[in-house]
Amino acid sequence: MEILVCVRRVPDTSENEIALNAEGNDIERDDLVYSTNEPDNYAVEEALQIVSRVGGKVTVVTVGGEEDEEVLRREMAMGASHGVLLTDDAFTRSDGRGIATILKAFVWKGNYDLVLTGVQAEDGGAQVGGMLAAMLDYPFASLVTAIEVLEGKKLKISREIEGGNKEISEIDLPCVLSIQTGINEPRYVGMRGIRAVASVPIASYGTSELRIDAASVGEAGTKVRRVDYFVPTTTKSAEILQGSREENIDKLLELIAAKGGLK
Amino acid sequence: MVEGIQSDVQLTSWLTQGYFLFTVIHLLGLACFAYIVAKRLVPLLRAQSDPRFDQPLARLGKVLKFWFAQWRHPRYPVAGILHILIFSGFMLLAMRAFTVLMVGVSPNFVMPGLSGSAGRLYQEVTDYAATVVFLCMIFAIVRRLVFKPPRYAVPDLYGKSHTADAIFLLGLIAILMAADSLFEGLKAAAEAQQSHTAVLATVLSLPWIFCISFASASPTSLGRLYFCGYLLHESAFYFLLCYRPFGIQFHVETSLFNVYFAKLKKGTLKPVRWDVSDEKLDQVKSFGVKTFEDFTWKHMLDFYSCADCGRCSDNCPANAAGRPLSPRFLSIKARDYAFKHYPMSGHAGNGQPLIGTIYSEDEIWSCTTCGACEEECPLLIENIDKVVDLRRGMVDDGNVPQSLQKPLKSLESRGNPYGKLEKKRGDWASAKDFQQTCQVKTLDKKNGASTLFFVDSVTSYDDRMQSIARAVARILDHVEENFGILAAKEKDSGHEVRRFGDETLFRALREHNAQAIRASGVSRIVTADPHAYNALKHDYRDVPPVEHISQVLARSVNSGAIAFRAVDNHENVYTYHDPCYLGRHNGVYNEPREVLDAIPELKRVEMKRSRDRSFCCGGGGLMLFYEPQEDERIGVKRVRMAAEAGANVIVTGCPFCMTNIEDAIKVAGLEGKMSVIDLAELTDQQMVREKPVRECADEVTTELVAGR
Amino acid sequence: MTARIFAYVPHRDGVPDDCAIDLVAAAKRIDPGASSTAVVTGSGSELEAVCSALRVSYPETWKISNEALAHPNAELVRQALVNVIPAGSIVLCPHDHFGIDLAPGLSIKLNAAYVSDAVAIEGIDGDELKVVRQEFGGQVSVHARCDISSGAVITIRPGAFKSQEAAPRNGNVVAKSVDAGCVTAKRRYLQTIVAEAGDVDITKQAVLVSIGRGIQEKGNVALAEEVAEALGAAVSCSRPVVDAKWLDKSRQVGSSGKTVKPKVYLACGISGSFQHLAGLKGSPFIVAINKNPKAPIFQVADIGIVDDILEFLPEMARKVREMSAVAGK
Repeated sequence: MEILVCVRRVPDTSENEIALNAEGNDIERDDLVYSTNEPDNYAVEEALQIVSRVGGKVTVVTVGGEEDEEVLRREMAMGASHGVLLTDDAFTRSDGRGIATILKAFVWKGNYDLVLTGVQAEDGGAQVGGMLAAMLDYPFASLVTAIEVLEGKKLKISREIEGGNKEISEIDLPCVLSIQTGINEPRYVGMRGIRAVASVPIASYGTSELRIDAASVGEAGTKVRRVDYFVPTTTKSAEILQGSREENIDKLLELIAAKGGLK
Repeated sequence: MVEGIQSDVQLTSWLTQGYFLFTVIHLLGLACFAYIVAKRLVPLLRAQSDPRFDQPLARLGKVLKFWFAQWRHPRYPVAGILHILIFSGFMLLAMRAFTVLMVGVSPNFVMPGLSGSAGRLYQEVTDYAATVVFLCMIFAIVRRLVFKPPRYAVPDLYGKSHTADAIFLLGLIAILMAADSLFEGLKAAAEAQQSHTAVLATVLSLPWIFCISFASASPTSLGRLYFCGYLLHESAFYFLLCYRPFGIQFHVETSLFNVYFAKLKKGTLKPVRWDVSDEKLDQVKSFGVKTFEDFTWKHMLDFYSCADCGRCSDNCPANAAGRPLSPRFLSIKARDYAFKHYPMSGHAGNGQPLIGTIYSEDEIWSCTTCGACEEECPLLIENIDKVVDLRRGMVDDGNVPQSLQKPLKSLESRGNPYGKLEKKRGDWASAKDFQQTCQVKTLDKKNGASTLFFVDSVTSYDDRMQSIARAVARILDHVEENFGILAAKEKDSGHEVRRFGDETLFRALREHNAQAIRASGVSRIVTADPHAYNALKHDYRDVPPVEHISQVLARSVNSGAIAFRAVDNHENVYTYHDPCYLGRHNGVYNEPREVLDAIPELKRVEMKRSRDRSFCCGGGGLMLFYEPQEDERIGVKRVRMAAEAGANVIVTGCPFCMTNIEDAIKVAGLEGKMSVIDLAELTDQQMVREKPVRECADEVTTELVAGR
Repeated sequence: MTARIFAYVPHRDGVPDDCAIDLVAAAKRIDPGASSTAVVTGSGSELEAVCSALRVSYPETWKISNEALAHPNAELVRQALVNVIPAGSIVLCPHDHFGIDLAPGLSIKLNAAYVSDAVAIEGIDGDELKVVRQEFGGQVSVHARCDISSGAVITIRPGAFKSQEAAPRNGNVVAKSVDAGCVTAKRRYLQTIVAEAGDVDITKQAVLVSIGRGIQEKGNVALAEEVAEALGAAVSCSRPVVDAKWLDKSRQVGSSGKTVKPKVYLACGISGSFQHLAGLKGSPFIVAINKNPKAPIFQVADIGIVDDILEFLPEMARKVREMSAVAGK
């Protein structure tokens, strides 16, 4: 099976302190460390596990610039056979729809049975997978937590819905799935693995190879644009108990009792 | 006396009848043994290289101490004495056994140098030696069957009990001793009959007993028994010889070599490949041990040499806590694998992955590398290098538990396992109250110093452990040490990164730190973290010499640079917990105790398990992130040991011990009844200063002063 | 403003989801003057019940009834909607597992802009709609502008839009099944596997001691259990605790976990992500205990204590046990 996984390089939320910059119009980007978007990493691991069962290859692709290559390399160190960078000045500042347009052009060039994305990235959009599928006219399912390959070019998938319940469906190939974290346990990729793929070539394509109309992507094609970042001043917030730990505990138990919480 | 000679000749003639048979047995036995040993050597020839041929004098010294003088055996007194007796017996009996074997082929054979009175003396000594060994066998069998020391038990996880095999072997040796004694006893009986002299002088020895029993047997019976006795002895001898390489008794042959080739440098780790230099390491296809053949020949020899005594597992903290790790079975399982895949006849097996078959992942990740097993083993078997090598193999395959992947990733991107910002690494020194009393220099192009205080990650970033850093800084100030810190330029020492198998990440951290250290121009390093201490001392090269703060303190106390005031609360009973990487791995036991004993009116007790028998707190560095399967926390066990010793304050010299013990106190429900303090913090608190400063504002220390 | 506003309302067992009201409120924020139309898909008596219920809040409800739509399948629903929604409309739906499945693809098929997970809507400015979103797990907020000249599909954060109680309406129901036409999809619903009930049913508890990543490791879960035991409560948790396998999934409170309605909710070491809070209904008395004074949880809690839960919880457990002992148990 030929599997394409769309990955993205994002600031790692667990290792960064996300704060506004001095001007107040963006986040402070000086000290950020970046890594693969976590759900995307789970998607690559899932793809690798699928091909280890049924054969095939995994390709990872990202839209961005040179600095995004490191993420491709990390996923190649994990086991992906090919890394592809879709890069062009015209692509910068694309919104979700723009990214999906670019990816669609790349998928169209190739012959992939399955396209995976992570369920969402740092901007919380959770949209590229669904949009890509609609543009390709492929069936789509989000929040996938289990994949089983069936005979006859279809998959059995499990989706995570409310209450811890699972929705089981059948979906025809080719399709697009967005993968939820926790679907598997991704293998470890260390510095050694990355060094081993350091000189493997990464294919790179722009608007001409992909035959994309520059007006449909990038800033030109954007329909939703970010104006600024801010931290909202809170109107309602908790009453913070000031006092020693003992005093706080006493007050807390008083309040709990008042609310009928003590037996 | 013609009769005497005649009867001697008569006895001997009985033996001569068997000349052909005995010769055949000799040849068969020796050939068998040679074949078996050759087969056992096959995997060693396929193994990785391991340079153990250097420093012959030092190695001989180890042989004398640990093999010949049985140095480690008395740590378990009953088994120890027993084994020393058996071992000495065997040593003494060696020449006698040889003589007896030769006699069947060359009836008048006498060992050179053992004729005449020397021979008679030797004979008498060895009569008792054989008896002692025989009695030891009986005692050992009874001990196994009746007293059943717990460390010999085989948990269900690891298969069937070994008791039957042990008793079989003990029985065989007893038979060997009996056969030898019978042989000698019969000879003496025959001589006594002929010469009407008294029977054997060695009263109550086994040969003497046989002699007395058969004193009135007919010469024919004597002759027949003599023949049978010899046959029994020879058969038992060769059977044992050829059977030993199939089980734990192989240690009889391999122990000498195992001790000779043992590791000389404590605290060091084997490199990924002994035969590949650092620069060429990237070319190596596979890191670590994945298949049996990835072990070095010495490691394989270790597996052969394990005597199944269980002392290692008895002292292993992971084992005590119920983790699925038993160092004894690391060896036994690998040995069984070798026996199965390198059989006496048939295909020599190769290349099966070990993880998932004989070892489980959890088993290998459970090890805290405390070194208790290696400290205990009478055969000097090395376990840490094997665990690290197995981990290297798993890391190479990407097979790392999720709980460890996060801190490893943080170490790669931020130089600390918490994912905190590099620039905040030195923030502990800028705490407002602290800065007023103590200025800590950050070493850079403008600021230099002679001493580097290497803080390492946990002490730099953990809210609680930062107080150790501040205490150390105040102490260094007090003794007028010209010191500084690297702050944001410092990265994690990489000590645990290396021991958890990510050699590449470790080397990146090491290179970064080594460069920063050299650029700072310091001529010595001080640290309060034993893991950093061990790393800088053994894992790093070309860096200035390093000391642990306890060593600095001991020296300052002895020179008078530090004086102490008496403890405030006389109710407190203190006990010192030896951190593994300060004590066991580096031999620093006395200095912290000297410091404590210099504090007036401080009551100190020792826990039963202290010094080189100290019980690990649970492990440091990355071990804090791992989630093992266990029945009870290792730290909780240690805290209970302190309570048993009658202490209510534990003093330690390691931030990880501090973390684990503080946690354990809470989990064990002993808050308010037990507390823990770092040696540096205690010193800081009790130090006499000309100008009293209000600096001991750190909550931890005031709690203790109030005696809570 | 002339674009119609539609609200796609998911439902279960004949009852519309709570977000139905949120969507009305959101629509009002887009255009106070416009009235919104609910759109529901399904079949049979259940769908009828839903339509009846929606008549109270929506002036008009479009009913698309089709056997194929008996079970929710975003692929089929999308086709149906594309066939009935007029071009240039604004379509609202909740940002839940169904919305994530449906909405992005819908925006492409309708050739409309897409805004995901809006937490506030600030109104229309010319051709643009001003919305507020969050990024980085809620750590920062973003003002965004969406070009709605060819319509928009907007998913709304459940619970972010408080409706003003309007007078109950009596809306009408319009059948749109025929317009929706035949729907086929390359994705077929098979079954739903209900999560196993664990040993403790957190949805039935009056008091919950809930733990998050701040508990730091599996061994510390015992600290929360002690407090829970002393209080006669149960331990629940947020998603990271389940991901790390420190507690069973049956203890998870949140959008992908259980929905709970306790009287008292102690959020210990929980940052307060909206996915977690989405599982908390019924206005419980929320107490937040967290080392980080800037944790978002403090914005939704009634009482806040800035402290280390690893120190706080054991002391609290001790205090409660003392009190019980004194009370003569």
